[in-house]
Amino acid sequence: MKRIIATLATSTFLAGPALAEMLPLEKDILTFGFIKLTDMAPLAVAYEQGYFDDEGLFVTLEAQANWKVLLDGVIDGTLDGAHMLAGQPLAATIGYGTEAHIVTPFSMDLNGNGITVSNDVWEMMKPNVPTMDDGRPQHPISAEALAPVVDDYRAKGEAFKMGMVFPVSTHNYELRYWLAAGGLEPGYYGQDDTTGQIGADVLLSVTPPPQMPATMEAGTIHGYCVGEPWNQQAVFKGVGVPVITDFEIWKNNPEKVFGITAEFAEENPNTTLAITKALIRAAMWLDENDNANREAAVEILSRPEYVGADAEVIANSMTGTFEYEKGDTRDVPDFNVFFRHYATYPYYSDAVWYLTQMRRWGQIGEAKPDSWYDEIAQSVYKPEIYLEAARFLVEEGLADEADFPWDSDGYRAPTPSEDIIDGIAYDGRAPNAYLDSLPIGLKGDQRVVGNEVQG
Amino acid sequence: MTAIDTHTIQDAQREERRARLFTRINKADKWFKVLGLSWLTPMLRAAVGDNPKAQVKEIWKLLGVPLVAIAAFLMFWATLAPTVQTSLGAIPGPGKVWEEAVGLHQDALQKGEQERAFAARVDERNQRLIEAGRADEVKDIPFTGAPSYYDQIWTSIQTVFFGFLLATVVAVPLGIIAGLSPVANAAMNPLVQIFKPVSPLAWLPIVTMIVSAVYVSNDGLFAKSFIVSAVTVTLCSLWPTLINTSLGVASIDRDLVNVGRVLKLNTRTKITKLVLPSALPLIFTGLRLSLGVGWMVLIAAEMLAQNPGLGKFVWDEFQNGSSSSLARIMVAVLTIGIIGFILDRIMFALQSLFTFSNNR
Repeated sequence: MKRIIATLATSTFLAGPALAEMLPLEKDILTFGFIKLTDMAPLAVAYEQGYFDDEGLFVTLEAQANWKVLLDGVIDGTLDGAHMLAGQPLAATIGYGTEAHIVTPFSMDLNGNGITVSNDVWEMMKPNVPTMDDGRPQHPISAEALAPVVDDYRAKGEAFKMGMVFPVSTHNYELRYWLAAGGLEPGYYGQDDTTGQIGADVLLSVTPPPQMPATMEAGTIHGYCVGEPWNQQAVFKGVGVPVITDFEIWKNNPEKVFGITAEFAEENPNTTLAITKALIRAAMWLDENDNANREAAVEILSRPEYVGADAEVIANSMTGTFEYEKGDTRDVPDFNVFFRHYATYPYYSDAVWYLTQMRRWGQIGEAKPDSWYDEIAQSVYKPEIYLEAARFLVEEGLADEADFPWDSDGYRAPTPSEDIIDGIAYDGRAPNAYLDSLPIGLKGDQRVVGNEVQG
Repeated sequence: MTAIDTHTIQDAQREERRARLFTRINKADKWFKVLGLSWLTPMLRAAVGDNPKAQVKEIWKLLGVPLVAIAAFLMFWATLAPTVQTSLGAIPGPGKVWEEAVGLHQDALQKGEQERAFAARVDERNQRLIEAGRADEVKDIPFTGAPSYYDQIWTSIQTVFFGFLLATVVAVPLGIIAGLSPVANAAMNPLVQIFKPVSPLAWLPIVTMIVSAVYVSNDGLFAKSFIVSAVTVTLCSLWPTLINTSLGVASIDRDLVNVGRVLKLNTRTKITKLVLPSALPLIFTGLRLSLGVGWMVLIAAEMLAQNPGLGKFVWDEFQNGSSSSLARIMVAVLTIGIIGFILDRIMFALQSLFTFSNNR
């Protein structure tokens, strides 16, 4: 009641209450890009559930061919914003690849990826994987089980190749993390060599997500790391076996973000807030009542204009289970997290992790002080916009005050060692110490010169 | 006496009517041929009562044989398709494809309803703004939902015509110049030979970069993606028109040229009265080829650039990889084929309208 009076007092000439709550928008006709992956769900849900409408936003969602096209679209203004790999805004801002200042007020989800190998590779790996009492393989599976297979391939004089979706993608870093945790070298990026295969045991290359299963089926790659539904698709098509989910590599690791240019955020502060509000509501809806709305979300995502894969394939991972080998379905309740665990809050520590991985594999060529990591994180991740949007929602009675980390300094509590596959804890406040604690990867003042690591 | 008289008169009248009908049918036949409906002629003739046996034979040749061939093709398809297993299941047969076509139609109807609901919401919003005294914020907001299948077809057709018109505007004058002047022809020929075989997929990145750099505004008359697709179509489809025009112009009857000289026609009159009319059949042949090439190129450009249209529809479905994707792509393939055929017929009809020479 107090609110209504307050609204009336400030804007008595406004007629409808819905309009009164609407922020004065600088821009209300927007186009957002996305890649056909289940973690674009907050965008589809915000559209279909009318959350964009509630904010007075008229949004068009457009599927993009690949991550490069999507990033270029945001930079040149064809797209006002997009579902992005968390590494993309960071890499663009520090000028790795295309240079542009991109920011994010909203983190889209946690987890949601998997690593799949072809049937042949799985048959060769299987003897190295410990089994449970019922004979099924014991998860999580370490890349140590893959190492002898890679050796076999090399002995035959054949390269072992795996696919990831983009040089600065979560998938690239997760795949590298898993391989390195199992003692395999995924290779370094050099100053002039952007293939990332310097000194590699396993050659990683870029393949767009929807083409992963087909590329593996064709034998071009022997495995890949990608988001859903393309791991489950491999199971359905019978072309491969997912060996591990990213939840098992690092519990509740940050995944996609919603990216806009710094320029857009500056010129359209209210629009940015309104978008963030709508996306937060969508994320809340996705996780509400213990994932009660996930079936409905699956139906939305299976429409051809969004992800478009068969509903049963999408449902496999979206509803808290994951099918490894055909018939071996296990519960992974947090496979896709959209709101719980403060999933949507853009933590600086999440940004720092991505930066450490860029440094670890040579995409950042020189050593940087801890303060640099913090600075870059703060220039890209915008929790202040997020919290302002959340405050509006709480005031409008649409969100619960307890669901947001109001007093956070932007850093998550350090991830304990038991939550990460190689047992190495991660503290975003001390990136250099973290880099030093990883056995494989650049550390200290090490640099990649020509074809080798120096220093 | 009178009775016989009326009979003969009636007979004569009937004969006359029949003769008139036949001339009409013969006249219409020209158009039936243009429209691909030539089998109508023998049917009409048979209806009027002209040597039924001969007409039945004609009908069989013009309508029966193609129908049997199509039926045979469908049967082949239906029996062979299920034997090939892809990773998305068996290749869909004609039945499944038809189902998907119906599904796409229903989907379009549903989208139409969504669009109306959206328009109503926008109206409501504008009404509220007016009531609130903020009339300056009233806007006509275009539908933000996904385009329906028919929208995609319409976008593709618009794009191909825009690109084709652009190509015509460039190619016909250039062709005339090349045809009239051997020097200009020698200058243009190597460039034409080099650029003619370039694939749309090679042009596309260049066009995309240049359009992005030159056409900065995002709120212009045309969407950037539309310009990119259309210009790619232009670049690939202008060659047949150019070459045929210059050939047509170069091969004008010498006598005509000499007459023009004697009459001391100025260049303008020479081109409009002499050159164009006699080169027109070849120009139209070039245009027909160009439109065909343009249509083929457009789908490839849309697929690669993800620009709206049928090409994007195909690519999206390929990426979706759902169990109905293959059948939907086949619906698109058939649509592309049928529209390409209709476009060709339209050009053929125009050609028949504007030129008096025999069909080419």
